[in-house]
Amino acid sequence: MGIKILTEHIDNPELKKFEVYRKTGGYTAVEKALKTMSPDGVMEEVKKSGLRGRGGAGFPTGMKWSFLDRKSEKPHYLVCNADEGEPGTFKDRYLLERNPHALIEGIILSGYALGVEDAYIYLRGEFFYILQILEKAIAEAYEKGFLGKNILGSGYSLNLYCHPGAGAYICGEETALLESLEGKRGNPRLKPPFPAVSGLYNCPTVINNVETLATIPWIVNHGGDQYAQIGVGRSTGTKLISASGHIKNPGVYELEMGFPVEEFIYSDQYCGGMKNGKPLKAVVAGGSSVPILPAGLILKTANGEPRNISYESLAEGGFETGTMLGSGGFIVMDESTCIVRNLYNFTRFYRHESCGQCSPCREGTSWMEKILYRIENGEGRMHDIDLLVDISNNIEGKTICPLGDAAAWPVASAIRHFRDEFVEHVNRKGCWFD
Amino acid sequence: MDNEIKFSAESLELVNRIIARYPEGKQKSALLPVLHIAQAEFGGWLSTETMNYVAGLLKLEPIEVYEVATFYNMFNLAPVGQCVIEVCQTGPCMLNGAGEIIQHISKRLDIKPGETTPDGKFTLKTVECLAACGSAPVMRVGNRYHENLSTEKVDSLIEEWCKCGKSSHDNPYNE
Ligand SMILES: Cc1cc2nc3c(=O)[nH]c(=O)nc-3n(C[C@H](O)[C@H](O)[C@H](O)COP(=O)(O)O)c2cc1C
Ligand code: SF4
Ligand code: FES
Repeated sequence: MGIKILTEHIDNPELKKFEVYRKTGGYTAVEKALKTMSPDGVMEEVKKSGLRGRGGAGFPTGMKWSFLDRKSEKPHYLVCNADEGEPGTFKDRYLLERNPHALIEGIILSGYALGVEDAYIYLRGEFFYILQILEKAIAEAYEKGFLGKNILGSGYSLNLYCHPGAGAYICGEETALLESLEGKRGNPRLKPPFPAVSGLYNCPTVINNVETLATIPWIVNHGGDQYAQIGVGRSTGTKLISASGHIKNPGVYELEMGFPVEEFIYSDQYCGGMKNGKPLKAVVAGGSSVPILPAGLILKTANGEPRNISYESLAEGGFETGTMLGSGGFIVMDESTCIVRNLYNFTRFYRHESCGQCSPCREGTSWMEKILYRIENGEGRMHDIDLLVDISNNIEGKTICPLGDAAAWPVASAIRHFRDEFVEHVNRKGCWFD
Repeated sequence: MDNEIKFSAESLELVNRIIARYPEGKQKSALLPVLHIAQAEFGGWLSTETMNYVAGLLKLEPIEVYEVATFYNMFNLAPVGQCVIEVCQTGPCMLNGAGEIIQHISKRLDIKPGETTPDGKFTLKTVECLAACGSAPVMRVGNRYHENLSTEKVDSLIEEWCKCGKSSHDNPYNE
């Protein structure tokens, strides 16, 4: 089944208890780091590991950390992004509800490396029950001396708090998240300044995803070099893939980077093939924001190379024939799926979640939704198809935050790969899928 | 509303503990958690009186609370039923029958999404991806997720809630 860094003991229902986590080797990385390593030493291991952010953008974690303005006299903050809102993604929830101490341990190690005294977990509001799991786990960690003042007598102190959001996808975007954590509307900020210089309360701040932070204990225990040997090329380590849609075995799977897409979809150990025996039609491989690919292009690149699960392989071919790993939300669709209806659904989502600050995003998503609705419902005109492409081009790259791109890419890619289906909707005056 | 808006001693203590998690002078950060607690305690929605009370507690202008309450989907700005049913309507859930589930509940309770039954028992809401797409279709009711829904499963849940008079106005910090 391959190496398990995040999920080795995850089937143990008691793992969320401190004692049980401890027995599986939990918190040994904190002991090792605080007793035998300097903060820079921890940072060095993370750089060597080649770990890249698991929240979607894939930015190298060690490099992000090195941008933190450590000379600033202001307090420094670490914020964990546990807002998980990208449609098709549910791997952070899986870690949070089953293995909260791995995240807490990762936060302690990262906080130590970064010289942070206060850290926050920004938790998606709907996860009330996970808030309770986290509050309990954090209280245990305080009680056992792994959080609070002078951790393990090392002189290092860290406070950790959990903060619930209240239902807004945009608050997963890091600067909107900071606004929200400050008690405001989730309107993304203009960058620069980047959070590493001016983040929470205008202080230097590092923001990392749950999965990113939960990986740090393994890296500290085994060393960055060993982590870098797992995976393929610049995609080191393992990745949690959330698999959903028309497959037999939906769920969260930890895969070594480089795992073949075809085997992942069809092997009984993983997705188990298509649920209703109908052929594969398309896959959205990295959460709803990334370009959709038809069956032929998700299994093999345009050059006929088998595709694998890694940043590079999924991006092979650029946006013409490739996609992105994104957050690893793998949405699988069989032949019964109407691409127009599915796209309408996603576009409605982005229109609903747009914060409304930029006109291209606010107006563009709303127009795209209307046009897709009329194509799906038999009122579409032939030039609507190019109009959609035009609108998406006018959003992409022209907004304050990447939600605009996230709304534009699915539209552009669906039309690129499935134009015939849009044309057919216009010709037949509506949808023929039931 | 004749009931005076005032947190119980227990909630007030919780609120003060939450405020203490943020730096001096940054008590505004506690706004979302405190609004959740207020919504749970004062009938499942945020009236102007409730929002003004929260503004007073956190030393904010009322407008600072209104602009936030209107931004976030989880805050109800009008009265809701005892039991608010939130069904996910996003892509992966749709692929696995969310439409049918929404229609079924709608028919059974005889209300459209966004409406409340005349007896004030149920409100039906459609919401966006709940991060549970692997067990679609999915709905959230208070602090619980219900996954792998079928029309039968939904029926038996609704029957159960009718019998026990369930309220979904859960305080996120209490089990
Ligand atoms: C619209 C939007 C939504 C996002 N949602 C999330 C999210 O739910 N969780 C997350 O970790 N990152 C999300 N991100 C990415 C964050 O902005 C940020 O890059 C990430 O949290 C950084 O952590 P990492 O470097 O560990 O990946 C989102 C970005 C955008 C533009
Ligand atoms: S791109 Fe959209 S979501 Fe992002 S800041 Fe602009 S309007 Fe808001
Ligand atoms: S789409 Fe319904 S939980 Fe994700």
